[in-house]
Amino acid sequence: MELSNPEPLDCAGVEVRFGSLKAVNGANLQVAAGEIVAILGRSGSGKTTLLRAIAGFERVAAGEIRIGGRVVESTSVSVPAHKRSVGLVFQDYALFPNRTVAANIAYGLPRGSAARVTELLRRGELEGLGGRYPHQLSGGQQQRVAVLRSLAPHPRILLLDEPFSNLDAALRLAMREELVTILRAEGMTAVLVTHDRSDAMAAADRIAVMDAGRVIETATPLNLYMRPSSKESATYAADAQFFPGVANGDTAETPLGTVRLSMPLRGGCEVLIRPEWIGVKGLGVPATVVRRRFEGAHARLVLSVPGIPEFVAVVPSWMAAEANDSFEIGVNVAVPAFATAG
Amino acid sequence: MNWAALRPARKAPAALWLPGLLAVALTFIPVFYLALRSTEDGWSPWSRAFHTSVPQLLQRSLWLAAVVALLCVAVAVPAAWLTTRADIPARRVWSVLLTVPLAIPSYITALAVVAFLGPKGMLQGWLEPLGVDRLPEVYGFWGAAFTLTCAGYPYVYLVVRAALASADTAEEEASRSLGVSPLRTFFAITLPGLVPALAAGILLSVLYTLSDFGAVSLLNYSTFTRDIFIEYQSSFDRTGAAVLGAILGLVTLLILTSELGVRSWLARGRKRRQAAVRLVPLGRWGVLALAFLSIAVSLALVLPVGVLVYWLVNGLRANADFPALAPAVRHSVEMALAGAAITVALAFPVAILSARYGGLLARAAEQAAYVTHALPGLVVALALVFFGIRYATGLYQTVWMLLLAYVILFVPNALSALRGTLVRQPANLEDAAASLGKGPLMAIATVTAPLARPGLAAAFALVFLTIMKELPATLILSPPGYQTLPGLVWSRSTDALYAGAALPALALIAVAAIPVGLLAWKGDIGALES
Repeated sequence: MELSNPEPLDCAGVEVRFGSLKAVNGANLQVAAGEIVAILGRSGSGKTTLLRAIAGFERVAAGEIRIGGRVVESTSVSVPAHKRSVGLVFQDYALFPNRTVAANIAYGLPRGSAARVTELLRRGELEGLGGRYPHQLSGGQQQRVAVLRSLAPHPRILLLDEPFSNLDAALRLAMREELVTILRAEGMTAVLVTHDRSDAMAAADRIAVMDAGRVIETATPLNLYMRPSSKESATYAADAQFFPGVANGDTAETPLGTVRLSMPLRGGCEVLIRPEWIGVKGLGVPATVVRRRFEGAHARLVLSVPGIPEFVAVVPSWMAAEANDSFEIGVNVAVPAFATAG
Repeated sequence: MNWAALRPARKAPAALWLPGLLAVALTFIPVFYLALRSTEDGWSPWSRAFHTSVPQLLQRSLWLAAVVALLCVAVAVPAAWLTTRADIPARRVWSVLLTVPLAIPSYITALAVVAFLGPKGMLQGWLEPLGVDRLPEVYGFWGAAFTLTCAGYPYVYLVVRAALASADTAEEEASRSLGVSPLRTFFAITLPGLVPALAAGILLSVLYTLSDFGAVSLLNYSTFTRDIFIEYQSSFDRTGAAVLGAILGLVTLLILTSELGVRSWLARGRKRRQAAVRLVPLGRWGVLALAFLSIAVSLALVLPVGVLVYWLVNGLRANADFPALAPAVRHSVEMALAGAAITVALAFPVAILSARYGGLLARAAEQAAYVTHALPGLVVALALVFFGIRYATGLYQTVWMLLLAYVILFVPNALSALRGTLVRQPANLEDAAASLGKGPLMAIATVTAPLARPGLAAAFALVFLTIMKELPATLILSPPGYQTLPGLVWSRSTDALYAGAALPALALIAVAAIPVGLLAWKGDIGALES
């Protein structure tokens, strides 16, 4: 098997402007060779624009983009998209409707690359479908063709724009696994853009959180979830709620009792306690159930503790809990805290 | 957030901007020489024109245009509603029958009207034994209005039908589900939704009437175009023709500018229809509807073709003098094929530039195209005569000058048809090609062009059809002795040799019906809207 030639990617201070609007406003992003990084952000955060700048479809107004150490995009240099050897998987796949699956995959390859096409079809479990046209495929199959087409010419980097957004929930999980398997097998450097935190967590080695045109944090999925560096990025990884507290090094006093801190801190602070971190049996702090919302695998309890706003705990759905029930709650997880400003 | 609207122009390859530059330059020729020729004797010819003929011409031309527009709307709107929303039998057949008249140019309809109702016409011949020796006057305003309505309403029909077919009936359903009666829903939802299309249709027929030269000339109704032509032919000094041409150009340009505003309004209201339309059952009214459609088709299609066939048969019986048809057919078809090929080849890169790259040149090319679109064919032809006599004597009175005129006149039609095709085609397919290592021209060759093939074919058919029918530029710029079908029809018509005119006219309709039929059959008839 031919191996691909993954290269590292380095975006430094990248700025992309549309008129007076800065869609990307000084973004920094480093991706090591063979690493999979997810850019996580809300719509309008500039994540797709950054991706398009890396691919060569947007000019930068400041900063530079290097692939394998060579500058491909800056204010003075702009390697055209077709000479960058950067693969891009489009959100709507952008399969050529007038070409068969095999011809789509072969599009970026030199003539006489039938063996490579066959190998890719086999890897995508698309044997026998090479003669079909894109509209004759299911959504998941179309996505696989789009990925294989981009991988075919051995790009140095593969970019994926919202790769799972057009798939239904069941297919999504399966495709996530498949995509990671294919990327690992090819040893690709990959950047995928998503607004879905579980996609980012499941697929990526590291997550870059993007907000208002900047990368505000880059961390492994576990660190982003357990030890985010700021309140803002804490809200991207999962549901977040903050409680006032006073930190004493390794612990902090909060309305939910004394909690262990994942990073030492002293003084007034805000403590991140995610709904699923709250234990609800015999942990010492009395709380009353205001409402209970059943969600299938788990239930959300809206709880009230005197002196602070209502908050949420996620519990297994089989747990007996009704409005007006009282529990002794607490936190059994080492949690992050952020010093109060000023 | 939609960033795409703000995206700056990308650098376009030379293979795209060079044709763009050429298109702008070509458009510049008639505008520039018309301005030059009409002002080189100073402003006194202008002031003379304004003090003599212009007020009356303006009034007559605009009055005719207004009446024709109203009549066209009166025929086209019910016809469009019936063929899209009502349960009339053979709906598709009626649609095709209502669009086929596009193959018949207005001067042939005028010829048929004169040959039917005129002093030496069919009706007169039938009624003479009964003692009727004088029919109501066919020449003049009402004859011209009647003719231009018959020839022009299919254009309005296409615009209104497209609006009705693409209107989202979900809005009407929402209105009904909120407890509003069908009648109130029609007035509150359906009709306002049609207003932009109606406005566009009215402006279209106004421009059509103002640009028309053949029908008003054959029916002796004095408008700008007729007077310009008379002035051009009769007087040695052509400044008068140039001045009138420039004034007419300014008037049509003003009208087209307002049409552009309506178009952007129209585009905003356009939606893709979600569900199948439930057809309105007509019940007993169905008979009336069919009678209406039959009359509409009779006037635009059956009358001209029937009258021409009558005169042809009559002429064959009487051994009339028929012109040699073969060279005219060959010349017209050759010119239409070559003109359509060159026009589409020039318009395609410009359309790509405008649909994909944007930027100053693309905008200039679009604007330039709209300017020529507004100029009547007669005015462009006149400007090219001035250009040819002074600066391109080698080209003047050759087929190349005629081809140049066709290209200048019809690049706008091809451009808007192709631009529509490209805008509907997803742009990121070209980005996908680039990310797979293909340069911009390779991407166009392997992705854009193959996908645009139906649009290219439709644009080619459209331009072929329009060149086949074109009269004023063909008359003025054909080399001496160069026979064309419109030329033959024209010369025999003006001499009232109806049998001799019927043969080339029927031949012209037969050839022009081929692209119309192809477009209607392919469902690409929307391309004709432009």
